[in-house]
Amino acid sequence: MDRSSLSRSRRFAPAVALAAAAALALAGCSSSSGGKKSEESSDGASAGKATTPRMTIALVTHQSPGDTFWDIVRKGAEAAAAKDNVKLVYSADPSAGGQANLVQNAIDQKVDGIAITLAKPDALKDVVAKAKAANIPVVGLNSGVSDWQKLGLMEFFGQDETVAGEALGKRLNEEGAKSAVCVIQEQGNIGLTQRCDGVKKTFSGKFQTLNVNGADMPSVKSTITAKLTQDKSIDYVVALGAPIALTAAQATSDASSKAKIATFDLNKDLTGAISKGTIAFAVDQQPYLQGYLAIDSLWLYKSNGNYMGGGEQPVLTGPAFVDKSNVDAVAKYAAKGTR
Amino acid sequence: MGMTQHAEPAVSSPPAPGPGRVKDGRTAERPLALRLLARPDVGVFLGAMAVWVFFLIAAPPVREGHSMATILYQSSTIGIMALPVALLMIGGEFDLSSGVAVITSALTASMTAFQLSMNVWVGVIAALVVSLAVGLFNGWMVVKTGLPSFLVTLGSFLILQGANLAVTKLVTDNVATDDISDMDGFGQAKKVFASSFDVGGVQIKITIVYWLVFAAIATWVLLRTRYGNWVFAVGGNKDSARAVGVPVTFTKISLFMLVGFGAWFVGMHNLFSFNTVQSGEGVGQELIYISAAVIGGCLLTGGAGSAIGPVFGAFMFGMVQQGIVFANWNPDWFKAFLGVMLLGAVLINLWVSRTATRR
Repeated sequence: MDRSSLSRSRRFAPAVALAAAAALALAGCSSSSGGKKSEESSDGASAGKATTPRMTIALVTHQSPGDTFWDIVRKGAEAAAAKDNVKLVYSADPSAGGQANLVQNAIDQKVDGIAITLAKPDALKDVVAKAKAANIPVVGLNSGVSDWQKLGLMEFFGQDETVAGEALGKRLNEEGAKSAVCVIQEQGNIGLTQRCDGVKKTFSGKFQTLNVNGADMPSVKSTITAKLTQDKSIDYVVALGAPIALTAAQATSDASSKAKIATFDLNKDLTGAISKGTIAFAVDQQPYLQGYLAIDSLWLYKSNGNYMGGGEQPVLTGPAFVDKSNVDAVAKYAAKGTR
Repeated sequence: MGMTQHAEPAVSSPPAPGPGRVKDGRTAERPLALRLLARPDVGVFLGAMAVWVFFLIAAPPVREGHSMATILYQSSTIGIMALPVALLMIGGEFDLSSGVAVITSALTASMTAFQLSMNVWVGVIAALVVSLAVGLFNGWMVVKTGLPSFLVTLGSFLILQGANLAVTKLVTDNVATDDISDMDGFGQAKKVFASSFDVGGVQIKITIVYWLVFAAIATWVLLRTRYGNWVFAVGGNKDSARAVGVPVTFTKISLFMLVGFGAWFVGMHNLFSFNTVQSGEGVGQELIYISAAVIGGCLLTGGAGSAIGPVFGAFMFGMVQQGIVFANWNPDWFKAFLGVMLLGAVLINLWVSRTATRR
C-alpha cells in the first residue's frame, strides 16, 4: 500500500500543539482567583478506628456512572468502613439483572455483610434469599422502603420518596405556590416518579410533569425554557437533582419567568445557589448518612448484635429541608462533597 | 483500469456540481423543480418545514420570537456536532464516541484549569489538544487496522466513558468538576463560547451563529475545494480514490479530527454555560448527532450527503423536542412522539426524493 508522505508529516501537528500548550502553561497563565490553590484542605469525618477483627462488607447499588448523588453515598460508606476496620467492596449496575449478578458475586466472595438498594425489588428477591441461606446479613438503603421487609432484609436506611414528595408539596403550599412543574430527568425511573407523585398528592395548586434528557444539559435548559414559555402561570419548578435545579435556574432567566426553584438533593454548587437565593430550598435525604449507617449497622450487628430501627421500622434519613436559614451549616460539608 | 470511472469527481479539480450537462439525447431534460427535489437536502428541507408548520399550528407559543430562539439554540448544540459527524459519514466512516467526547473535552478544560489554578484558556487549549488527539487516535486506528469504524469508535466510546468517570473521580475526588466561574479568563471564554445577544428584544445564543457559519464553511469546503472532492471520493470507493492519488489516510484521519474539533467546541459551550460538568453526561448523544446527519440526507454507507442537510436535520430534532413541550402534550409520550415525528419526517424526505428521481 502506498502511503503519502504528506499524511506522515501531518501526524506531528498534534505534538507541536501539545508542546505549545505546555509552553503556555509554563509561561505562567495562572489564575489569581478560584482554582485548586484557593480551595482549603480540610479533614473528613473520622472518629478513630475500631479494634474488632477485619471484616468485608459489600455495597451494591443501582448507581448509573458519574452521578454526584451516589458518590456521596459511597463516601459515607467509606467513612464508616474506615472507622469500623471494614474492607468495603463497592459495585453498581443500573440494570436490575446486573445488580443481581453483583450481589451473587458478593455471596461468592463470602463477604460478612451486604448492603443493597432495592430500586427493582422483584429482580433481587432470589439473590437476597440466597444471601440469607448463606448466613450473610443483608441491609437495604436508599430505595425500597416499602419492600425491604417483604424481602427479609434486616434493616433499612433511607427516605420514603413519596413521603419526601408529600413534604415538598406541603412546603409549596406554605410558600403560596399556585402552579408547579416537576422535572423528571430520567424517564421511567421509579424513585423520581414517586417524588413527583408525592408532590402531586399534597400540593393544592396546578401540577404537571416534564421529561428532560439528563445526559444533555443544553437540552435540559431549553426544554425547561420552552415549558416556562408555554405555561406562564408556573411559579415553582421542582427539580429532582441538584445539577438539574441549577440548570433550571438559568432556564427561568432565559424565559424571563418569575418562577422559583425547589429541588431534591444537594451538592456544593447548590448550597451556594441557596445562600444566593437563586434556588428557594432543597429536600435533603442525606445520602452520606445512608451509606454510613448501612455499613455501620452491619458492623454493629456483627460485633454487638444490634438492630437499628429494631428490625421493624425503617430508619429515615430524610426529608430534611435546607433553605436560606440553615444553608450555612450545611455548606461547608457540601463543599467537601459529603453533604 | 476501469476503476478510475468511480473516482472521477475526485480528480476534476475545477468544481463540477452535479453530473455532466452534455445533452446526448439519451435522457430527456427534467424540469428544474424535479431536479431540485432530487437533491438530498431539499427533501429534508421540506420535512423540516412540514414539522415547523405543524407545530406553528399545534403549539401557539412557537409563533413567538423567543420560543424560536429556544428551538434554534437546542438545534445548534446538536447541529454543531452533526456537521463534522455528517462530513465523516460522507467520508464513509462513523463515530460512536462523539457524545462522550464532548464531555471529555469539557472535563479536561475544567480540571486542567482548576487543578493547576491556571487561566481557564490554558484548560481550553489543553482540551483542544485532547479532543484532536482522540480524533487522531480514532482515525489512525481505523486507517491502519482496516477495522470497521463502528468497532474502533465503540471501543473509544467505552474508553472515554470510563475515563471520564475514573479520571474525574481520581482528580477531583467527586464525579463532577469544580465550579470554575470565578477563575481568570472565564468571562472572556464565556463571551466566546456561551454568550448571547439581543435582536429586537429576543435573546439569541451565539451557538446559533457558529452553527450557521460552520455549515456555510463546510458547504464551501465540500463543493468548492479539492479536499471536499477527496471526502466524497474516500467515502465512495476508497481503493479507486487511492488509485487516482487521493490521500485517503490523510482525508480519513482529518475527518475524525474534525469531529474532535466539534466535540471540543460543544464541550466548551457546555462548560462555560453551566460552570461545572458531570462526568456521566453525554451518553446517547452520539446517536442524536448521527440521526441528524442521516435525516439530513447523509448515506450510512458513505459517499453522498451535504453539509446543509444536517442543519435541517438538527433543526428538526430541536423543533420536535421543544415543540412537544410547547404543545403541552402528555410528557409520558415524549420519546414516542419524538420517534414518530422523526420517522415521519424521514419518510417525507424519502418520498420526495423517490418522486423527484422517478422518470
